[in-house]
Amino acid sequence: MRIEAKILISLGLFFGLMCAVYWTWSLENAGGVMMLFGMGLCLLPGSYYYWWSRRMGPRAEDDPNATQESGAGYIDAFPGSSIFPFILGMGAFFVVMAMVFGSWMLIPGLALVIWAALGGIAEGRRGGAR
Amino acid sequence: MTTTIDRITIDSHDHGDDHDGGRGHDEVHVHDHAEHHGPSGILNWLTTTDHKIIGLSYTVTSVIMLIIGGALAEVIRGQLANPNGHLVTLAQYNELFTMHGSIMIYLFAGPFAFGALANIIVPIQIGAPDMAFPRLNALSYWLYLTGAITMLLGFFVTGGAANFGWVGYAPLSDAIYSPGAGADLWIGGLMLTGFSAIFTGVNICATVFYLRAPGMTLFRMPIFTWNLLVVSILILLAFPVLTAGLIMLYADRHLGTHIFTVVGGGSPVLWQHIFWFWGHPEVYILALPFFGMVTEIIPVFSRKPVFGYKGMIFATLTIAALSLGVWAHHMFTTGVVLLPFFSIMSLLIAVPTGIKIFNWIGSMWRGQIWFSAAMLFSIGFVITFLIGGLTGVYLASPPLDFFTHDTYFIVAHFHSVVMALVIGGMAGLYFWGPKITGYMLNERIGKAQFWLLFIGTQVFTIPQYILGLQGMPRRMAVYPNDPQWQNLNTLSSVGAILIGISTVVFVLNIVASWKKHPAGDNPWDAHTLEWFTTSPPPHHNFFRLPKIRSERPTWDHNHPDAKALAHGKDAH
Repeated sequence: MRIEAKILISLGLFFGLMCAVYWTWSLENAGGVMMLFGMGLCLLPGSYYYWWSRRMGPRAEDDPNATQESGAGYIDAFPGSSIFPFILGMGAFFVVMAMVFGSWMLIPGLALVIWAALGGIAEGRRGGAR
Repeated sequence: MTTTIDRITIDSHDHGDDHDGGRGHDEVHVHDHAEHHGPSGILNWLTTTDHKIIGLSYTVTSVIMLIIGGALAEVIRGQLANPNGHLVTLAQYNELFTMHGSIMIYLFAGPFAFGALANIIVPIQIGAPDMAFPRLNALSYWLYLTGAITMLLGFFVTGGAANFGWVGYAPLSDAIYSPGAGADLWIGGLMLTGFSAIFTGVNICATVFYLRAPGMTLFRMPIFTWNLLVVSILILLAFPVLTAGLIMLYADRHLGTHIFTVVGGGSPVLWQHIFWFWGHPEVYILALPFFGMVTEIIPVFSRKPVFGYKGMIFATLTIAALSLGVWAHHMFTTGVVLLPFFSIMSLLIAVPTGIKIFNWIGSMWRGQIWFSAAMLFSIGFVITFLIGGLTGVYLASPPLDFFTHDTYFIVAHFHSVVMALVIGGMAGLYFWGPKITGYMLNERIGKAQFWLLFIGTQVFTIPQYILGLQGMPRRMAVYPNDPQWQNLNTLSSVGAILIGISTVVFVLNIVASWKKHPAGDNPWDAHTLEWFTTSPPPHHNFFRLPKIRSERPTWDHNHPDAKALAHGKDAH
């Protein structure tokens, strides 16, 4: 996890340096702001990973000599199928259609989005589709 | 149904009666706690969260987009084959070049690069059972599909599809100059595909950071996966900027704001800053996955490990770092950007790209090269990308850019680049197609397709470079009746026809090869983990995993007497 953190922090620091040079030299605000946010977008997860890397034990995937036994055990729960991503996608589609063809299309759009949000959460809580 | 995954070690010691012939590789058997009993047929497609089926859906959809975008290109080249072509009206021509560019960039190249093959291959290459967020992955696909449908709906509304160029420059894209639903559908479609890309970026980052198999350290990951990780970071940096810009553009069109219009105190150039702050990293978001594909393919068919593994990774990271500081080289002629900064940064980014070219040549050097279809496409990619890349270096120089800006030289430059990506994508399909489907594609037809595509690409682009240097502007439906211009345009149109024929040959190859020749697990004697599992891989990818001690675990497993490959701290 430490290498992941170092990559993100290094990118963030480079963007910060680039931003400082650019903003000072050009006095143009749009690019300066976007680069500054780019720096933040790297430093935020990077520093989170670094914080965690100092507190967690070594992981099997970071150990060059790890055997497969060292990774044995529970990995995670993976949903085999779910209708809710499709419903959420259709909801988003209708919301965008509302931007073009009229706000009445928000009714089916938001209904589908809310259905997918509630259904997806419930599905996750009970451990899968039924 | 939710499936819990355990890795349970069974064969971890020397014994002579198992599948590895008693070589003593510790292997792990991966067990699903529940067998997969999902729905079948169309319901399976609608509800699947399996990264391979989602990746396959991305592949099919993006190849259909390639065919639609390619068909529009053929009409454009048909119009330009004569100086005063009457194939389409001037208004229709504007729609054609706008939608051709939009479809190819937003709906084919990007989704094919980081949605299709990445979705299928990345989890398997690192020994993961699926993407980290399978339902988010499915949502990414549905947003991409609905985004594509939204954008294409523009052809069926009053006023036609968007017609302001794929870059949507303000004020041309505002409600006064581009009224009608077509432009709004273009904006809405881009928003949906933008969110799709962002979710895919999150998913790939989380998968690579958290779901690698034991021993699969970051510096043992295949280069393709490395490139996709870097692409995902770039997606998370660049795509939100585009989405924000699109919301502002929509607000200008319908909500009375004046963010990009001078009359209300806004700035049209601000749109260009926002668009290209996304647009130039997007070039690398598009290119890096294809760099990764050929980096996987060239060593396999040269019978060598990749030359300069760590150099390749640092080159990719350097490209990512510099890519956020080059956007305004698209804006040199606006007169309001800092020319030296963007020129220096744009020239610098050629260095890591050059390192990659040398490493590909180094990987082939003194190798036992097998000129399979995938290898031919890879070599074709390197040559075509080199042409596009070198002409890009010229354009990083402001005086040269001023001379060629908005001419066919620019069109030729980026078509060399994107056609290289198409050629690289074909390499990926011929290489990984057998793994994905379980069946080989016909090699002879594949090689015929390669030559048609490669020669067609050069015949298509090289006349455009000359036309650009002679001053022919881009986005013209008609041009002066100059015999030399007409000959060059006709030649370019012939190249486009050859490219079109190559696409037909590819479709014919799929039909001719359909379920004919089973591929086996590892038809190329390839290196990485995806070649260790079955073709196609099972639900959750692996029944067993080998010991991972280098970036070539499958090759190590299959060639136990060969010299071990290790780098730095990993060398034990």
